[in-house]
Amino acid sequence: MIDLLTSIFVITLRAGTSLTYATVGEIYTERSGILNLGLEGMMLMGAVTSFATSYYTHNLALSLLAAILVGAILAATHAFLTVTMRANQVVSGLSITLFGSGLASFLGERLGPASNNYNLVGMTGSRFSPIVIPGLSQIPVLGAMFEQDILTYALYLLVPLAWFYLYKTRNGLNLRAVGESPQTADAMGIDVVKTRYLYTILGGMLVSLGGAHLSLAYAPGWAENITGGRGWIVIALVIFAMWDPARAPLGAILFGGINAIQFRLQAGGTDIPASYLNMAPYLATILVLIATTWWENLSHRVGAPAALGLAYMREEK
Amino acid sequence: MRIVFEKRESISHWAVVLVPIISFLVSLLFGAILLLASGVDPLVTYQAMAVGTFGSWHSFTETLVKATPLLFTSLGVAIAFRMKFWNIGAEGQLVWGGVAAAWVALFWSKSLPGWTLLPLALLMACVAGAIWAGVPAALKAYLNVDETLTTLMLNYVAILYAKNLYYGPWRDPEGMGFPGSAQFPAAAWLPRITGRVHLGLIIALIFAFLLWFAFNRTRWGFETRIIGENQTAARYLGINIKRNIVIALLISGALSGLAGAGETLGIAHRLQQGLSMGYGYTAIIISWMSQLNPLAIIFVAVLMASLLVGGDQIQIMMGLPASVGVVLQGMILIPMLAGGLFTEYRLRIVRTPKIEEAKA
Repeated sequence: MIDLLTSIFVITLRAGTSLTYATVGEIYTERSGILNLGLEGMMLMGAVTSFATSYYTHNLALSLLAAILVGAILAATHAFLTVTMRANQVVSGLSITLFGSGLASFLGERLGPASNNYNLVGMTGSRFSPIVIPGLSQIPVLGAMFEQDILTYALYLLVPLAWFYLYKTRNGLNLRAVGESPQTADAMGIDVVKTRYLYTILGGMLVSLGGAHLSLAYAPGWAENITGGRGWIVIALVIFAMWDPARAPLGAILFGGINAIQFRLQAGGTDIPASYLNMAPYLATILVLIATTWWENLSHRVGAPAALGLAYMREEK
Repeated sequence: MRIVFEKRESISHWAVVLVPIISFLVSLLFGAILLLASGVDPLVTYQAMAVGTFGSWHSFTETLVKATPLLFTSLGVAIAFRMKFWNIGAEGQLVWGGVAAAWVALFWSKSLPGWTLLPLALLMACVAGAIWAGVPAALKAYLNVDETLTTLMLNYVAILYAKNLYYGPWRDPEGMGFPGSAQFPAAAWLPRITGRVHLGLIIALIFAFLLWFAFNRTRWGFETRIIGENQTAARYLGINIKRNIVIALLISGALSGLAGAGETLGIAHRLQQGLSMGYGYTAIIISWMSQLNPLAIIFVAVLMASLLVGGDQIQIMMGLPASVGVVLQGMILIPMLAGGLFTEYRLRIVRTPKIEEAKA
């Protein structure tokens, strides 16, 4: 029983890693007042570019760099549209998702080797493998935390750091001020435009890294629509985490756990049709949203940055 | 010297027409760079796409075949977007429409007279699509649950449910292992007009004109527009926002449901793979590019359909990925959004730096 729990927890954390990166990233973006619905497209682009890089160079650092770069470019586009051009944030995010997923499937059919008809599907590149830490990994259940790949281990550092930066540093305070009230922040001498660009791009990098974890570690390789809606689930997880990076892993573990149990049931042979099992994360997202919204309505504690989704324009004179 | 944006007193009519056209050209240019980079001549590719979509009567009818579900879903999306209700669930609503129509066509034919099948199938498709959009609408209106996420998540649920049907209980036992239902009785088929173009296109066009009228000439059109533009004003005017959201979304979902019915009753004549082709997502691009104008949607839907058919054509003829069409579609909104600023604002260069600084 303990062994079963441990093995489920190992997969839970593995599945939750991409979600955690993306959730922390989107929390930072939304804290600056920018809602980015382009996550699904950015994760797909991160996944395809990092996998293509890993296939050709077998250099994992370079692969991550490719994902970070692509995430930064797409997020900068979103920032340009919403901050500079004051476009509607919802529609801009949707356009990033539509563009990103279209381009990712095109690249997936074009970046591969000629021998495979330029298709990336079915190719193998370098991957992040789990590194078992002796001793610690023997702890029942929690030992699962020490049977992970480097990207997951990096999260044990990143999450507390992200929390500390947001709540305990001057920069974090400025970021929160911009998301709560850009007018006040502006009056305090904080550069609203620069802040929004900076954290939208930073968020995009983390989101894209989440995508890279899928194609380099969780399900190594490229498959059309490898994200399977994770980019959208993350947007719900940000609400679930109430915009606090320290709570990001909770939602990720919940959804990673659903993935792990799905696997377990499918591998163990069950009477439930696979289609119904595969619905679980999407239905769970809706339930989580309803529950979180209900809780917020009840306790009147709204975690959302007050200026989220609103364009800021300095009053002319 | 400084560049400032000034709000226009009324929107620029030039920009309304020019921005979408320029955006389309920018997208073609971006696509050309992408094609060049992957070692393909963009002009040859674009020519093949154009010939493949408008080159002959037959290819043009195929473009209209794809334009039909795009038209239905785009009209549905436009109704919701007018109220700033971000229904990105047209895909799932379409799938449910297809499933409901298939249900009537497959299982009601034994007990009902043939002539009732088609109207009943269309009606059930509307009901199913409306329910699938109505649930997120009610959640939004009464519990304030974010609608972008609920509508999108329900797409996955609908697609997986339909998949389970044609792989499982509805699978044709005589289908030789092919995943799909049995063929519908001919009485439930939507009549064809020319080629594979079916009656659905005419129904969609009628709805486009009806909606144009409803948006611009009725109290309902006025109320939904005010809700989208300014909820506080809507409340002062005594408009029932919650009820309007739910009703508008029921209509929105019903239209997408008809798109699905058209695909099963008009084209495939069975429930099978390929019902969810992403039309519900393309609809977002179409309705935004048409600036939510139902008459403009007709033309943009045909244009976007041509990109999809053109993509298929270059895949068949040149071995290029069909996703070229999807990339071009996805690219259009980005310049479109950047250009939106020029519809509402004008650029002015201020040449009095010293006074500006003194004031600052």
